[in-house]
Amino acid sequence: MITGAVFYIFASIVTASALLVITARNPVHSVLFLILAFFNASGLFILLGAEFVGMILAIVYVGAVAVLFLFVVMMLDVDFAGLRKGFLPYVPLGLIVGGILLLELIMLYFAWNTAQGANLVLASPIDGGARSNTHALGNIIYTDYIFPFQVSGLILLVAMIGAITLTLRHRPGVKKQNISKQLRTQPSDVVELVKVKNGAGV
Amino acid sequence: MEITLFHYLTLAAILFVIGVFGIFLNRKNIIVILMSVELMLLAVNINFVAFSAYLGDLHGQVFAMFILTVAAAEAAIGLAILVTFFRNKGRILVDDLSELKG
Repeated sequence: MITGAVFYIFASIVTASALLVITARNPVHSVLFLILAFFNASGLFILLGAEFVGMILAIVYVGAVAVLFLFVVMMLDVDFAGLRKGFLPYVPLGLIVGGILLLELIMLYFAWNTAQGANLVLASPIDGGARSNTHALGNIIYTDYIFPFQVSGLILLVAMIGAITLTLRHRPGVKKQNISKQLRTQPSDVVELVKVKNGAGV
Repeated sequence: MEITLFHYLTLAAILFVIGVFGIFLNRKNIIVILMSVELMLLAVNINFVAFSAYLGDLHGQVFAMFILTVAAAEAAIGLAILVTFFRNKGRILVDDLSELKG
């Protein structure tokens, strides 16, 4: 009973904030509603008993991805009002495509059934309460999924290097400290003895 | 009022369709298109975790984590391209993106 109420609260907030993400006039508001949607989705995950993924969702999506979006939206000086122009002709098309897609998906779920004996071939059954969710997930990730796990780390490394190389730029005329050049400097390079005549300036 | 797998799948379907509709609605704004893609990935994640919980198999949650990784990488690269694009053009219109050749 209480689970149902909590589910409907989370689900309605997720849906409403997702709608506001795509309709908000100001992209900063869009990002903030995206954060709200992510938080409520992580609540849904915790409701399903997937605490680890829920927490990762809150940390990675809200803490990293959404804040990255917020940075970019605030950093770029974009004329967002001009970007909204001329979207009206596409609304009916989008509604038709989205409506058909939604109908098809829901019809599919009505017709869908779990195969007989599907619970006999589970790769790693969830044991009710013997181990915590995080413990059980760790046991799988570091054994069965060790190579995909390493590859996902590699993907993140490549993404990091790619983002840095894309946005790094060398501007001419910027004064920078060159430590090795400083350390290589000899007194003869910088100190000059000048004979100054009496009564004359340097 | 039993919450079944069907409820979660329907929620994920609605979220996915909102993401698709967001791409149509904000046809010119790359930032909101990227956010719509994030919403669609979130819907897929909800599907994975719901199936994992209701079938009693933990592997779905591992896959949800991998999707999370790929989504984070995609957002980082996409936004970096966006920043570079804005530096070069001074505006971000989807129509200009066809110039990104080679």
